[in-house]
Amino acid sequence: MASLKEMRNRIKSVQSTQKITKALQMVAAAKLRRAQQAAQNARPYAERMASVIANLAAGVSGDGAPKLLVGTGQDVKQLIIVATSDRGLAGGFNSSIVRMARDRISTLIAEGKDVKIITLGKKARDQLKRLYGDRFVESFDVGASPSLAVAESVGQKVAAMFEAGEVDVVSLAYSKFKSVVTQTPTFQQMIPAQVSGSGVVDLQGASYEYEPDAEAILETLLPRNLNVQVLSAMLENQAGFFAAQMTAMDNATRAAGDMIAALNLLKNRTRQAQITKELIEIISGAEAL
Amino acid sequence: MAGKLKFSLVSPERELFSGEVDQVDAPGSEGDFGVLPGHAPFMATLREGQIRLYRGGQVTTFEVRGGFADVTPAGLTILAESVIEV
Repeated sequence: MASLKEMRNRIKSVQSTQKITKALQMVAAAKLRRAQQAAQNARPYAERMASVIANLAAGVSGDGAPKLLVGTGQDVKQLIIVATSDRGLAGGFNSSIVRMARDRISTLIAEGKDVKIITLGKKARDQLKRLYGDRFVESFDVGASPSLAVAESVGQKVAAMFEAGEVDVVSLAYSKFKSVVTQTPTFQQMIPAQVSGSGVVDLQGASYEYEPDAEAILETLLPRNLNVQVLSAMLENQAGFFAAQMTAMDNATRAAGDMIAALNLLKNRTRQAQITKELIEIISGAEAL
Repeated sequence: MAGKLKFSLVSPERELFSGEVDQVDAPGSEGDFGVLPGHAPFMATLREGQIRLYRGGQVTTFEVRGGFADVTPAGLTILAESVIEV
């Protein structure tokens, strides 16, 4: 059996671990609120952007339509952007995104597709590097907080690759923030653009006037839409990450508490046993005299 | 004047303005334009410049750097790349 001294040390170490997890939980809770707000603030732009594109797409059709909107007509060259967070200690948050992406990648490879990968976030890079490192095009870090600058560099890279004919289909893997307890890993197709019919506004008989023409507007709008999609994925990830971290750290704090209680019980038993043993020794020693 | 114009100004980070106004002037890439209530459906790209919105005699100015204006019967939406309220 471990000595009393060892047990005391053990308890002290678990206690300091608990202090750390508790602190991290509170930090995550505070940051979650901000991240949630940021994700919410960014939603109107993304929604409006989608409805503007839907409006435009309804007007543009046939061969004149930009390739970013309708795709190249092929799906051999696939690009997958895997977005996670930079940091860990958030339970299965990053792993679940990576696992979903990995399943998709292996399916696509099995179908004979040419798969390329861009990672956004240190965790995606670390977890995919060993398996698919040779398919990496570029790796980006999220940085301190999701910023349009990072989203733009990803978006520009994607647009450049598409322009150069290196990819046909681009999809984005991230975690959708449903609520504090549920984040769902999701795939979102970026190229060809997903156009929802619901955003189309009833023009009440009138027709749109464009300045410059519709194609030119679409051509500037679609690359921006890529940036916006990446940004909103980053913001959703950020909110989901802190929610997952908060839950994970809450669990860890509770587990540490249970462990301290169990260790304390054991320590007291050992202490009592030792005292009893010493008493017996003294009494039997006295009797022997 | 036929009622009010529903106007919203959004940047990638947040929604800066949403509400009813009398008139909005915006810097279109092919020239400035003004939007009044009941404007015909219209879509334009924006260049760097100032957006002025008129609301009951008050004028608010925003500095924008590129973006889009979308006028529908439902109102005017401006998606701006970066916005600073002046």
